[in-house]
Amino acid sequence: MINYLLDGSHWTGPDGIPTLLVQHLMYTFAALAVAAVIAIPLGLYIGHTGRGSVVVAGLANSLRALPTIGLLILLVLIIAPSFPNKLAYLIPSLIVLVLLAIPPILTNTYAGVRAVDQAAVDAARGMGFRSMRILTEVEIPCALPLMLSGIRSAVLQIVSTATVAAYISLGGLGRLLIDGKAQSDYGQMAAGAVLVSLIALVFDLGIGALTARVVSPGITRRDRKKKSEKPAATEQRTAVPEPAPI
Amino acid sequence: MKKVLIAALVGVTAVALSGCGIGKDPLTTDGGGSAEGAIVIGSADFPESQLIATIYAEALRANGIDVTEKLNIGSRELYVPALRDGSIDLIPEYSGALLQYLDSKTTATASAEVSAEIDAKLPKGLVALEPSPAEDKDVLAVKQETAEKYSLETVEDLVQYADELTLGGPPEWKTRENGVAGLKTKYGLTFREFLALDAGGPLTLNALLSGQIQVADVFSTDPAMRSENLVALEDTKHLFLAENITPIINELKARDDVRSVLAGVSAALTTEDLIEMNQRVADLDDMSDIAQDWLQKNSLVP
Repeated sequence: MINYLLDGSHWTGPDGIPTLLVQHLMYTFAALAVAAVIAIPLGLYIGHTGRGSVVVAGLANSLRALPTIGLLILLVLIIAPSFPNKLAYLIPSLIVLVLLAIPPILTNTYAGVRAVDQAAVDAARGMGFRSMRILTEVEIPCALPLMLSGIRSAVLQIVSTATVAAYISLGGLGRLLIDGKAQSDYGQMAAGAVLVSLIALVFDLGIGALTARVVSPGITRRDRKKKSEKPAATEQRTAVPEPAPI
Repeated sequence: MKKVLIAALVGVTAVALSGCGIGKDPLTTDGGGSAEGAIVIGSADFPESQLIATIYAEALRANGIDVTEKLNIGSRELYVPALRDGSIDLIPEYSGALLQYLDSKTTATASAEVSAEIDAKLPKGLVALEPSPAEDKDVLAVKQETAEKYSLETVEDLVQYADELTLGGPPEWKTRENGVAGLKTKYGLTFREFLALDAGGPLTLNALLSGQIQVADVFSTDPAMRSENLVALEDTKHLFLAENITPIINELKARDDVRSVLAGVSAALTTEDLIEMNQRVADLDDMSDIAQDWLQKNSLVP
């Protein structure tokens, strides 16, 4: 495997590692973007209004059970006659990756919004916030840690599953796995597996760091440790009053 | 890494072998490996091999020879040892694949060469009978329209148009001598692009018919050759290994009457017949009916 990675000829050309890596990242970002555009607004709507959660949660969870390769080949066989070019493989690959990424983002988004303390929402409403402002200024910031963790698991799934694109002739790091297997070149397969894990790790750490930056300190309660000498003050600041009984 | 993988593979194979009990001769019903008793016919674990084994069985039976069928055994790694230890006596084989199993370094590709090498390299006690002209081998296929447009009949005809055409085949073709590499060195063919799909399976066929690829590696006995009007380009320079259907038999059972019946079957069987019969197998017709029909058509049964 080390030999494979060190061989200069594996780092150039249409089957070189940089090309495959870029393709892999492109599939990942494209699938993530489409999944986010679908799942985040839908999740916010469900979480905010409470409508359709049973149906959508059920659907989202059943999506998780779809066998990716089976669906991929089925889609290729259906779509291919309409696209006499590589789109016949690109579209199905993106569809299966998007379907894989939607459930974690969607469920975490609406669960995050649902879990926002009702008292905070009531307080915002009492201050005269309209629905949209409650969503953007109260619910989303409070739900952000869960939403980001949904995106985090979606990204990890996409990064590892994007390797199936190689099964239907496309690029990406899956090429190393599929070609390595076909050619009994286990060094090549291992190199592919390690590279995929590395990207997954980088993304995981990246989103972790992003979470730490964008999530309000009041929600993560990270400042609690720093101000441990004055626990009373922190208690006061984060304490939320009990909602008045109706 | 490599060592661990190899060790793991060896372990898995050992388990698979012991699971199938090949060492214990579970397939033997009689003495096995003796001149007496019925001829035990085996086959590999895919339909075409089972079909040809059924044809052998029906033909021998119709000529008054006692046979037992032990079909669907598995891969070559299982049934060749079974042949050697007398668990089975007869199996239909593909000449090129068998030769590569016997000698992975062989460079023979043309039919006669391959058959001659098999005769020389078969383990003691086994003999190859008369090979059939019927072959299930890799062929480059194009659609009827493509063949007409560029007037293609052989692989060589592709040379001047190759840079406009995309080739599709299994991923191992990328580096294999009997694939993209050989097409370049032997024929001087460099396609516009090579798409790694599957080995003559649904993805390759679908891509050929929908236009993602114009030239495909398919198997010569694929029913789609006829149903989709595909044109197999003749491999004039013998890049692809010959795969003539050849009966491999235990020497002790290769009596003259057995030899002559199987020689008759081999002589009559053609690649076109196999395409037609594979279509019927795909339509879930009964194997022995298909075998009987073919034998009657070729007057091989009384």
